[in-house]
Amino acid sequence: MHVYACVKRVPMTGGQITLTDDQRAISTRHLGFTVSPHEECAVEEAVQIVEREGGSVTVLTLGPAESEEQLRDMMAIGADQAVHLVSDGEEWDPQATAAAIVAAIRSDPQPPDLILFGNESADAGNYQVAVRVAHQLGLPCVTGVKAINISGGRARCEQEVPGGRDVYDAPLPAVVAVKEGINLPRYPSVPGRLRAKRKPLAASQPQRPPARLEMLRLELPPEAGKQVRILGQGPDAAPAVVEILSELGVL
Amino acid sequence: MSVLVLMEGADDELSLQALTFARELAQASGDGAEPSAFTIDGPYAPAAFGQTVADLIGARAPRAVIAPGSERGNEVMAHAAAILDEPLSANTTAFEPGDPPTVTRVRWGGSLLEQALLRARTLLITVAPHAVAAQAPGVMPEAVPASGHALALAPTERVGASSGGVTLEEASVVVSGGRGVGSAEGFAIIEELAGLLHGAVGCSRAVTSAGWRPHTDQVGQTGTKVAPELYIACGISGATQHMAGCKGAKKLLAINADGEASIFAHADYGVVGDLHAVLPGIAAEIRKARGA
Repeated sequence: MHVYACVKRVPMTGGQITLTDDQRAISTRHLGFTVSPHEECAVEEAVQIVEREGGSVTVLTLGPAESEEQLRDMMAIGADQAVHLVSDGEEWDPQATAAAIVAAIRSDPQPPDLILFGNESADAGNYQVAVRVAHQLGLPCVTGVKAINISGGRARCEQEVPGGRDVYDAPLPAVVAVKEGINLPRYPSVPGRLRAKRKPLAASQPQRPPARLEMLRLELPPEAGKQVRILGQGPDAAPAVVEILSELGVL
Repeated sequence: MSVLVLMEGADDELSLQALTFARELAQASGDGAEPSAFTIDGPYAPAAFGQTVADLIGARAPRAVIAPGSERGNEVMAHAAAILDEPLSANTTAFEPGDPPTVTRVRWGGSLLEQALLRARTLLITVAPHAVAAQAPGVMPEAVPASGHALALAPTERVGASSGGVTLEEASVVVSGGRGVGSAEGFAIIEELAGLLHGAVGCSRAVTSAGWRPHTDQVGQTGTKVAPELYIACGISGATQHMAGCKGAKKLLAINADGEASIFAHADYGVVGDLHAVLPGIAAEIRKARGA
């Protein structure tokens, strides 16, 4: 099995987001970077599938030069090689992103059996890149997936729905967008990190087409203007808490 | 100017919100003609439902198709957009007419908003849940038969129906623990309080990453989004990832040893103190109040 897992470099936001002066990005002066949580699970799932079925995992990203950090991180947890579509640092809309991924996958001499995505990126949350890639490659697609079982050239995928999980039986090759909770991603080991430095990484620079969903600016949502009422310090606050529970009718 | 609204049912709350959004869009950008609502008739198959939307656009040439920003709404519209090679504005909160029009949509699970130009022949938009209120009158949506699609997959079965008990989505009280709980065993007191209040146990992403609780308990941007009467956040710092999952709560009580934690900026009520000291006292006080 050749499994692709597509990831995106995003800032690790803490308790409060601040924007750059031009309002086109999150100020990351004091922030580290990671991959979106759903996508980290996509890489872990790809690694587990290949551990069972044999084959190799290719991790792919479209992002600025610094995204190599995330590709090395994902190779440290078991991806075998990386494809880096080096962007110009500008925002790529979902159609442009999908087109670049499709071109990269088509040019791979070893076509994938399975292409994994996160259900939506942590930052833009467009919910569509996986679906667009599937249609362009003429492959079936399942999204919102919390379990994958590979057997007999098919992927049995469980999609989370209210009240349970819907099972889709997809013939391979297929595109699957997964959600956090499908697995618990492993931490990279020190030997894993050392090995990752030597794993192959193919970089190229696709051209960014004009955006059809063109981001103009970001803004923080209006504050609810809440004023917290401190009920007390430590265990002495218990009677005041229970009074509030009673007022709210939840006691 | 005609606007179509894809609904998941005549009484579906998020679909009715999409209808409101569509009416506002029609009013802002044209004659204000009443949008035409439709549902798709047939067993759910995402690519086939997307093809149905695409076929309807081909047959009726609407200016816009609006759908709820539910899991299915986003999935069907993504398929339609992919088939038509049109942009899709997912989880949209506002629309401003223009050439091209400007949309406002949510990022980071609602912690940030984006304004963007939507350059499209047909405007494809899903509406962020609870961005607008559902307004009367409702509609009787037209049932359009599902189209076929060569890549369409339909679910073959449904498994793992909920195992009883109060679910996170339905609970009127959610008691959540964060890193401050300290261990899997530390959740005993969280469970006790949730039990006393007939509520559900939640947790932050730090907790599921540490393996203390299953991911099904996670409240957050990548977990479950909850909307209880009361959310009790214990030992949770208040990261944007977590707040994206509990901002629908009517009231929030934060219990945290760090009085400077950002959770207090989102809270209605606060107790500053170690949850392992505070919660047993609250549990005892509840029992006392009930005369038990």
